[in-house]
Amino acid sequence: MASIQISDVRKTYAGGVEAVKGISIDIQDGELIVLVGPSGCGKSTLLRMVAGLETITGGEVHIGDKLVNKIEPADRDIAMVFQNYALYPHMSVYENLAYGLKNRGTPKAEIAERVAEAAKILEIGDYLDRKPRNLSGGQRQRVAMGRAIVREPAAFLFDEPLSNLDAKLRVQMRGEIKQLQKRLGTTSLYVTHDQLEAMTLADRLVVLNAGLVEQIGTPLEVYRKPASTFVAAFIGSPAMNLLNGKVEGNEIVIGASRLPAGRDLNGHAEVTVGIRPEDFSPAEGSQPGTLKLDVAYVEELGAQRLVHGHIDGQTLVSVMDVDRELGDSIHLVADPAAQHLFDVQTGQRLG
Amino acid sequence: MVENRPLLTFLSHLVLLLGVATVAFPVYVAFIASTQGPNSFMSGVIPMLPGPHMLENYSAMLQSGVSTSGAPPLGPMMFNSLIMALTIAIGKIVISILSAFAIVYFRFPFRTLAFWAIFVTLMLPVEVRILPTFKVVADLGLLNSYAGLSIPLIASATATFLFRQFFLTVPDELTEASRVDGATPMMFFRDILLPLSRTNIAALFVILFIYGWNQYLWPLLITTDPKYYTIVMGIKRMADVADSVPQWNLVMTAVVLAMLPPVLVVIFMQRLFVKGLVETEK
Repeated sequence: MASIQISDVRKTYAGGVEAVKGISIDIQDGELIVLVGPSGCGKSTLLRMVAGLETITGGEVHIGDKLVNKIEPADRDIAMVFQNYALYPHMSVYENLAYGLKNRGTPKAEIAERVAEAAKILEIGDYLDRKPRNLSGGQRQRVAMGRAIVREPAAFLFDEPLSNLDAKLRVQMRGEIKQLQKRLGTTSLYVTHDQLEAMTLADRLVVLNAGLVEQIGTPLEVYRKPASTFVAAFIGSPAMNLLNGKVEGNEIVIGASRLPAGRDLNGHAEVTVGIRPEDFSPAEGSQPGTLKLDVAYVEELGAQRLVHGHIDGQTLVSVMDVDRELGDSIHLVADPAAQHLFDVQTGQRLG
Repeated sequence: MVENRPLLTFLSHLVLLLGVATVAFPVYVAFIASTQGPNSFMSGVIPMLPGPHMLENYSAMLQSGVSTSGAPPLGPMMFNSLIMALTIAIGKIVISILSAFAIVYFRFPFRTLAFWAIFVTLMLPVEVRILPTFKVVADLGLLNSYAGLSIPLIASATATFLFRQFFLTVPDELTEASRVDGATPMMFFRDILLPLSRTNIAALFVILFIYGWNQYLWPLLITTDPKYYTIVMGIKRMADVADSVPQWNLVMTAVVLAMLPPVLVVIFMQRLFVKGLVETEK
């Protein structure tokens, strides 16, 4: 059990590529922090620097109150779950779990006890004698988790642990990881590129882009008040609509539509309006404040449908009821409270 | 795929059978010859059916050898060959697996140079460097010794490359997981790389054992004391008699006996091979 402080951490690879450009995160004891971002945003690099598998070019990482920059991974009191599980193929499940403890000189009786306990928690007791190749993907995943929890480390590090599983199993394991983490209360750092996984698991989310933090916050904060257009487009599925419009007085003009700005936009000639697809509701006719959408195609999801179309040459997606008749074009209205405004140049949130 | 082409099946079997016959027939001839008496070859026609002298020939070769041509009994010669082949095979495996481990997993100065130095030795088999090697071994006083027989043949670029290629296919995550699990590099080598290389080691052992067993030129050069003769050069000595006809029945007895250990190694190790092939692990 420990907190983790990441202070202005940087990583520059040989050849001058800067993968992580100064990231600071304070992780509280027992918290589950999810690092989320597209590929190449530096999230795995950051995790591997905390693990000690990559050297830290600049900044400091503290685990507990110990500066760990120069400390070997084994001595950082962390355990890691890898994307491909990295189970030792020639060892049985039991030996896989016991290996780390054995290397630390834990007495045999205690190893047996701790492995049995971990096996009970993860329900892998029945196949302790099997080799990893005789296990299914979900079982391997559990063994990889087991290898982390037998060590009773100060922190768990997860590197996209669910991305090799099929969709159904992923949802199930996601729930199990969350429960397990709450039950053990171990500080955890979890890397994923899947925003849904990030939203459902995290106590707090860290959205990364191009080696920098875009936003840190609880899943709801990030969803409700995205700090930039990047976060707005990344978190939430289907992604938030981002439309560029001109500012005229208190209104934003998008093609033939005028939306109430809901705030003072003096000093901005143009603005990016963000509206989530689920925040639209259908409107009758072209009243003021509605958007006229030229329907391009429709995706049926069963419970609802996604209507894709264009407004003034910009694409837009809206969630609609399945019973509703669709013509070539529909009118949509969005609650001004559900509108997010962003600076056109910087992409930063306004207000 | 359903295939029902009897002619093709017949032809392919014919080709396979011819191939087997080509390989097996000389072995058969050798075996038949080893069961004949000393006079069966005088007529110039090689007999094709077993003769009555099998036990006599084999016990003579194992106990006394062909004294007329200065060859010692087969037992000690086979023992020498065994020592030489085992030392070469095990030595090559130990040295090459360690050097491959160093080359793949460590960043040290002149790593590329070391790699190329090993690579270059591929172009210098014993036959090419035989004079300088002989000189070195002679100056070190290793003539007529097991060390002299085996050490100069131990360095092996081929095996190093084989292990290097294999190590490159071991996922990095395994290395990282073992680091997180607190394993030192040598513990990683012992607990993870070595068990994973088991089948490679078995395959190499078979190849290298036969390579060592079949060495002819090198033992011929550096042994003058019959105590250190190996079986393969011993056979040559028996066939090479002055002023008389070689005793082919006895020479062939020696040949058949010399064939046995490599055959046993192949048969015995093949089980490990197949086991390794069935449980593909990674």
